[in-house]
Order: sequence, then C-alpha cells, then structure tokens
Amino acid sequence: ALALKGIAYDQEPVNLLKDGGQQFSTKFQAVNPMQQVPVLKINGIILSQSLAIIQYLEETRPNPRLLPQDLKKRAKARMISDLIVSGIQPLQNLTFLKQMGEEKNMEWAQHNIACGFKALEQILQHTAGRYCIGDEVSMADLCLVPQVFNAQRFKVDLAPYPTITRINKALLELEAFQVSHPYRQPDTPAELRA
Amino acid sequence: MSTALVKPVLYSYFRSSCAWRVRIALALKGIAYDQEPVNLLKDGGQQFSTKFQAVNPMQQVPVLKINGIILSQSLAIIQYLEETRPNPRLLPQDLKKRAKARMISDLIVSGIQPLQNLTFLKQMGEEKNMEWAQHNIACGFKALEQILQHTAGRYCIGDEVSMADLCLVPQVFNAQRFKVDLAPYPTITRINKALLELEAFQVSHPYRQPDTPAELRA
Repeated sequence: ALALKGIAYDQEPVNLLKDGGQQFSTKFQAVNPMQQVPVLKINGIILSQSLAIIQYLEETRPNPRLLPQDLKKRAKARMISDLIVSGIQPLQNLTFLKQMGEEKNMEWAQHNIACGFKALEQILQHTAGRYCIGDEVSMADLCLVPQVFNAQRFKVDLAPYPTITRINKALLELEAFQVSHPYRQPDTPAELRA
Repeated sequence: MSTALVKPVLYSYFRSSCAWRVRIALALKGIAYDQEPVNLLKDGGQQFSTKFQAVNPMQQVPVLKINGIILSQSLAIIQYLEETRPNPRLLPQDLKKRAKARMISDLIVSGIQPLQNLTFLKQMGEEKNMEWAQHNIACGFKALEQILQHTAGRYCIGDEVSMADLCLVPQVFNAQRFKVDLAPYPTITRINKALLELEAFQVSHPYRQPDTPAELRA
C-alpha cells in the first residue's frame, strides 16, 4: 500500500522468531499491546491491523485509489480482503502453528489455506478481471499476493486455483509488489535475499 | 419486482458473534430484514449444505442479500450499510478516530474470534480447545483493555457508538460463555454494559432471535 501510494517510510524490524520473538518485548508491547506486526506510526498516531492501516492511507492519500468507487465493488473488495485476513491467515500464522503443536500444525495450515482458496476461487469467478475486482488494483489484491506466498511456503498445491494463480502472477509484475516483497526487505536474511 | 421492494435477507445463527455484529448494525440503521437461519451444529452443520455453499463458498454466516448483491464478512457488510445508509453513522468522521474504530474491530474480528470459533475448536480437539479459546480471548482482551485507555469515552471511541462497539459486545458474550474472568478488563466491562442498554443491542441479542432455542429464549 505504501509503495502504491508512493509514501516514503522507515522500517523498524521486529523479528518474530529471534529472542523468543521480538514482538513480545516490553518495548514493542508499548507500541502494540497485541504484540503483532504490522504497526504504522504516521501523522502522530500509532495504528495496528493491516486493513485499518491501509484504509487510513486510502482516506488520507486517495491517489491512486485502493478501493473501488462503486459501492458494491468496494464491498466485494472488503469481503475478499476480510476472507483472507480473518478466514485464512489467522488459521495458519505463527500463533496458530504454536498452539496446534508440531505434530499436526502443517496439515491444518495447509487445510485452512486450501479451504479458503477454494472459496476465494469461486468468488473470483464473479468479481475478477485482470485483478481481484475488475481491472484496477484494490485492497483485495494486497491481501491475495502475500497469502499465495504463504501457500507456496506451506507447499499447498495451487493447481485447483487457476484464477488466484493468474491474478497473483499479474500483480507480481507490478513494481509495488516487487519492491515490498519479503526477499527484498532490510531485514531479509542474506541467504534469502533476491 | 424491483430490488428496492425486496427486504434484505440475513443468513444468521442466533449464537454467531459475527452474525450478531450485523444484526446490531441493521437495527441501529433501522433496516427491516428477513432472517434465514443456518444452524451451525445441526445436521453436521447446515453451513456445509450444497445449497448454502452456493450462497457463501466460505460456508460461514453472516451473509446479507441486499440491493441485488450477496455479501459475506461482517465488517464488509457493515461498511456497505454505512456507505449506503449513512445515518446514524457507525464510523467516526475524524479519520484518525475512524482508523482506531477499524483497528479495534479488526483486533476482535481477526485477532480473537478466529482463535475461539467453531472451526478452531474442532481443529484443536476436545482435549485442549477450551483452554486455548480462553487463553486467546484473554490475550486479546488484555491488549484491547490497554488500547481502550486511549480511545474510549462512553463507548469504544469517545461517546458515539461505532463499528468497534458492534464487535465488542458479541465478543464479551463469547468470553462469558467460555467462562473467561472479566475482572482484569474493567473498561471492556463498563463499555459492554453501556452498550447493552441500547435497544439495537437488545433486539439483536442471541436470546431474542427467531432461531433461539426455547430453553434459552429471553
């Protein structure tokens, strides 16, 4: 979102695995009591929750737009975003994996991604053009690409989801999706750096 | 028949906290609607029927059929209602307060509810699921209690009811069902009490729905 909107920013890395998880430090807890990333400090406020942050950016820096002008399409963009953000990600993230336990967590993570993608593939039949909602990049696309990356990390077979695959490929051609990629960040480990 | 003459239809389960959020919004906005009950426990879970899968491929409630579209995801529904029927407002006019309202809503909707809902409980397994559900609610409420120190007035964001409040009350109801001790969360408790005095939060309550079981009916 920051890249698409052309907003320059500094990064404070929070390593979720090192030192028992740096998100649990007293210092970071003061930044976000929920002990999660991302958090954005901007215009004198501290915001957590990715969709709250993205919609604040949208409302304060409206160009280029990340939510369709048409209210029904806008609702669909939010619906797809929420499906991923509430319906898939929390059922395969670090917290979930830790709570599930090592024996079963990979299976469940794969299952939950597959279930969510199966639903999403059906929904996209009705909404997608070049991207999730017609031919304009929206908040839904910002949620899709990172979730596909996770699916690949968890070795979920993507063959049943041709629309998701096509859209993901089209989005990864855009500069904002490349410059923000996990393998091109200040805190990307050397062995993964693109 | 024009879609304007057809009442919206809400697919709902009386005890679904996600559906309750939307029921509150519809009540606050004064929108008359019909309910289609989807029993999440009976028949192996009616959300898994072929018929309902066509309504929502994600096989979850709530779903709202309105103005010729079918919308799932409670916050997407609520914000569509907000944008098409702006009065009374459910999101603050001030953009920073609006962001805080969304932040609190998302904390509950993505950070607590999915870690204690039916899907989670089934996947965790009977032995450990109650412990984890209680832990996840407590963790989320601990964070929320801190955040509310900076945002709350009579309600979550100052003195006007917002989307955050629509998310709070159903989650407190769940906390009580899971026997989470609420003593460490006095702000959450106070706000919940104030909200439950409002008609929209009462008429939408799980114990007053068409599909509420007789023994629970208020």
